[in-house]
Amino acid sequence: MFIGHTVLYAQPQRFPRPEFEGGYTFPTHQFLYQRGPLWEYMDVAVLVIALLATAWMVIKKRSRQGLVWISVFSLAYFGFYRQGCICAIGSVQNLSLALFNETYAIPVSALLFFSIPLIAALLFGRVFCAGVCPLGAIQELTGFRQLRIPRQVEAVLSAIPFVYLGLAVLFAATESQFIICRYDPFVGFFRIDAPYTMVIFGSLLLIVGIFVNRPYCRYLCPYGVLQNIFSRFSVKHMTITPAECRNCRLCESGCPYDAILQSDPDAETERPARSWKESAIYLSVIPVIAIGLAVLLYNISPSLAVVNDNVKLAREIRLEKNEGIKAVSKNAVAFYESGKTEDELFAEEQKITGRFRKGAPWVGLFLGLSLGIGLFRLTARSVRKDYEPDRGRCYSCAKCMKFCPVKINN
Amino acid sequence: MDENKNNRESRRDFVKAAGRILLAAPVLALPVILAKRTDVKGFVWQIDPFKCTSCELCKSSCVMTPSAVKCMNAFPMCGYCDFCPGYLRQGAKTFNTAAENQLCPVGAIKRKFVEEPYFEYTIDEKLCDGCSKCVKGCYDFGNGSLYLQIMHNLCVNCNQCAIARVCPSDAISRVPAEDPYIRKEIKKL
Repeated sequence: MFIGHTVLYAQPQRFPRPEFEGGYTFPTHQFLYQRGPLWEYMDVAVLVIALLATAWMVIKKRSRQGLVWISVFSLAYFGFYRQGCICAIGSVQNLSLALFNETYAIPVSALLFFSIPLIAALLFGRVFCAGVCPLGAIQELTGFRQLRIPRQVEAVLSAIPFVYLGLAVLFAATESQFIICRYDPFVGFFRIDAPYTMVIFGSLLLIVGIFVNRPYCRYLCPYGVLQNIFSRFSVKHMTITPAECRNCRLCESGCPYDAILQSDPDAETERPARSWKESAIYLSVIPVIAIGLAVLLYNISPSLAVVNDNVKLAREIRLEKNEGIKAVSKNAVAFYESGKTEDELFAEEQKITGRFRKGAPWVGLFLGLSLGIGLFRLTARSVRKDYEPDRGRCYSCAKCMKFCPVKINN
Repeated sequence: MDENKNNRESRRDFVKAAGRILLAAPVLALPVILAKRTDVKGFVWQIDPFKCTSCELCKSSCVMTPSAVKCMNAFPMCGYCDFCPGYLRQGAKTFNTAAENQLCPVGAIKRKFVEEPYFEYTIDEKLCDGCSKCVKGCYDFGNGSLYLQIMHNLCVNCNQCAIARVCPSDAISRVPAEDPYIRKEIKKL
């Protein structure tokens, strides 16, 4: 097979090298390079500084105006200057590729772009989403009106990021595709250069975002799933009130994302027996859903495998062999020219499909656990004395702060 | 009642603390797990000219317009022929610089007389759009000295190269940023 390649691609010297008499010298080509790797580390430094600045602005200084200025900076730097690549959302794929493939070495900056915003979420809440992520910034700065989404619709749409995350990790791990990068709606604006489909998708999202704020963050962003989980355990988090909550309820309409958890200071107990039973039922249903989805994903994994180019080509060639439908794609033409045998191609296809079979059930398990735990949490009662943000879903955008009448005397 | 509340709160604190450790540990352990598989110097994308099949997708698949892919001539391999099959289209009646004879749709190849019977062919990169028609002509009928390369002053170094995704012969892969060009005249098989 190696010999086949060398025979085919060995460049024949059909015409002899010229022998110049007049003192001719070959023209030289100017080889230009990308910006050096040190600049990547500067990006990481700017990331850390922006995260700390956002945390300070939102938690300590409690200034929405300051947050807006940080968002403008992040949009300018991480968005238009760095053209949105590499970003924390995409770094999930790099990590997945590195963890499951020995031959790929993850760039340090990608690893840091993955980890640092998560550690920041664990410390301060979703400050990355608030003021640093350029995709969040572009949506934050174009969210002029606030339309409320009914709870049920919100719940269903909020499931999409989980599926997106699961599939992105699976496709990256099997070296098939980076779907987060491919379907990024705003990177075309950052590069000021995009195919028309991306322009339409991005513009639609921004227009929808004027009314339904942060649509990508809420219903698409796969990294948001991780930010959500990490932020729930945050050490410090933005609060609506600077001191104590008076339960005046003025902030109820203050959050465009309905992320404010209301307090119920009068109701201390409900009928405990009934709610324990409900919780127990939902708890026992979790493994059922998880295993069910794992089995489902296992069964559809060959269809998912088609995302991989080699698998797609193998199926096309097999279709030609078995049913005579001519394989005319460029990949098929290149395959026939390359001298690779069909057996090799089918062996590769088996290997990749095998990896899909091994990985897809884990994605199913993840989706099942997320769904099950989400349902279970609906049955959990919390006795809350104060109005506080739902730490998982609150983007720390500080829009609610102006509604709180509590002021600190200096 | 108060005791219940205190128990509940200390349980909640315990769960919170445990959660923090459970989440922080894998994230902080990642650099250790991936210690051997971390790259410090950086990668860029490049076309392996020995795998390229001149499929013409480089022109349209790049996220940049115009494409970051340009053609280059490996002068030590070039035959300097009068009837250059990468410069002249198949069926050209005369071997001159007339536009109707040229293979390149944008006229990016410049032909210059050197000495009898040799002509020098250089690519004007500002005009070239990476369509690979000349590459195919040169490979099929000539010495194969014309080849495509991703130019790194134009390439934005996407996380996954959009051309690499569609390349029929998997010719585009990550190469070290310090040595980002695969030069056909140097790397001959």
